[in-house]
Amino acid sequence: MIGTMPRSAASRGSAWQRLRRSEFPVALLFISPWIVGFLWFQLYPIVGSIYYSFTSYNIMQPPVFIGLSNFQILFGQDPLFRQALTNTLIFTAVSVPLNLTIAFIFALLLNQNIPGRAIFRTCFYFPSIVPSVAMGTLWIMLLRTRGGLVNVFLGFFGIHEIAWLSDPNWTMPALILVGTWTVGPTVVIFLAGLQDVPRVLYEAAQIDGAGPFHLVRHVTLPMISPVILFNLVIGVINALQAFTLPYVLFGNGGNPGGPLNSALLYSVQLFQVGFKQFQMGYAAAMAWILFVIIFVLSLISMRLSLRLVHYE
Amino acid sequence: MTSAADEATGRPARLETQWASARRRARQLERLRRTVIFLLVLALALMFTFPLIWMAITSLKSIPEVYSYPVVWWPAVLRFGNYPRALAMFPFLRYAWNTLQITVPATIGVTASSSVVAYGFSRLRWKGRDLVFYLVLATLMIPQWVTLVPLFILFNNIGWVDTFKPLIVPAFFGDPFSIFLLRQFFLRQPQELMDAARVDGASHVRVFWQISLPLARPALSVVALFAFIYNWTDFINPLIYLSDEKLYTLQLGLLDFFGNYYVNWPGFMAASIVVLAPITALFFLTQKTFIEGITFTGLRG
Repeated sequence: MIGTMPRSAASRGSAWQRLRRSEFPVALLFISPWIVGFLWFQLYPIVGSIYYSFTSYNIMQPPVFIGLSNFQILFGQDPLFRQALTNTLIFTAVSVPLNLTIAFIFALLLNQNIPGRAIFRTCFYFPSIVPSVAMGTLWIMLLRTRGGLVNVFLGFFGIHEIAWLSDPNWTMPALILVGTWTVGPTVVIFLAGLQDVPRVLYEAAQIDGAGPFHLVRHVTLPMISPVILFNLVIGVINALQAFTLPYVLFGNGGNPGGPLNSALLYSVQLFQVGFKQFQMGYAAAMAWILFVIIFVLSLISMRLSLRLVHYE
Repeated sequence: MTSAADEATGRPARLETQWASARRRARQLERLRRTVIFLLVLALALMFTFPLIWMAITSLKSIPEVYSYPVVWWPAVLRFGNYPRALAMFPFLRYAWNTLQITVPATIGVTASSSVVAYGFSRLRWKGRDLVFYLVLATLMIPQWVTLVPLFILFNNIGWVDTFKPLIVPAFFGDPFSIFLLRQFFLRQPQELMDAARVDGASHVRVFWQISLPLARPALSVVALFAFIYNWTDFINPLIYLSDEKLYTLQLGLLDFFGNYYVNWPGFMAASIVVLAPITALFFLTQKTFIEGITFTGLRG
């Protein structure tokens, strides 16, 4: 017949029927890239790394099944593993709350009615755009014992030279210090959260006689607690996996862990083991332990969120 | 402060001036507070920016000036010649081209695939949709090292190591973060628009392509921008997959350069600034998009 086009199965039926039909087949089409990617780049590697963690595998020769040996060595006889783990946990435990606090204070300050806020915000944010390699090498120069800007600055306060990069006691503070330079995104997120707090709450509290500290403690903090939680979780996950900055700061003289391995972080050690010493099975085991740690910490923070976070 | 006696004898004038001076004091106090805060923020901003300024100053010094003590704050002569000298030893163009060859396809891949996937998770209704989406988000929790080791082995077995392929191909399968961002955006698009088109017989693909996608331009720019910056500044993946110097990206090349020339701080700082320049320019051109993107992420997180 001239003039009529055959209608496909999907477009038959009344308009309402078409709308209500399950859209699963089409949806499958749309999300198929992710499904393929998930199977290829997530599921397969995850299963693979479980398998590899029970083997000894150096790429050249096929993997050799050795059972729990990797884990036994890791927990029993590997001082580098223990050191890397301790260093990383300390680094996370100090730098994450520190950065959150700094970012929060900066955001509070930027939230005040002062001129040039946008410019200041850019000043705080820009350092986090600097690629980690350039950042690391810049800070190597800044942290030089003699002539490095940090020590010059401290010199104004009468603090004499600290060997940031060669004194084992100061390498971890050096790492944490450099980490604070990247609080920019956190500040921006906090700022947005602060601006979301309804002014009426502040005004009501002020009528009741609240001073600035009370305002922050009883109005601001509860209202932005979801934002704090978000930044906390992201911060912890990133800190536990920190690689490029420590690698660049300390990786230049043969031992990427710094003097006495005081700055050896977990990811750096993993990289060494897997890609420099080619013990892929061992590295896979380390990666899984990290995964478990992150998983547990995420669960804890979710529990905490139920009790401490105030949702509207 | 007024007394009962004043009020009884009806002296509104004194009340007015006392209130006026109280208001003036409050304003002055407020201005003082704002000035103090402004100075504080200014000091902090200067401290934050100073390392970069120092980087620029150092790039114009002579080598002895960098090592002299006490510190040389401003070079005797501004040695702009450090730049061409550094670039003679640092193959910037080749590294930049390599980086571009990776970043541009990867950015296109992430944006395209994530928007398609996000559409499937937002504008289409099907059982279990939100559950599967949580799975997508859950993959964000997986440390990259867990997948990196087997992926390297896999890519090694198919001969993709020492090529750009492992750095580009995965981008075409969606990235959870981008999917999340785009899904949030799609969810806020008015349902009526789509229903109208569907009732008229348009297929989902057409609705996506001709209605939802064009409307999502702001979110797409944010996703593309973040993807570009991520790929441009990525260090770990090129480090693992690229061992041939000729294939190095800018980040890899810079570190390699550092290893050989770090004694020459001015030269190295010059090279660093050249490496920084493209991303800096991009940042300043797209600042607004950037900040909006971060804000959006944090608020919806």
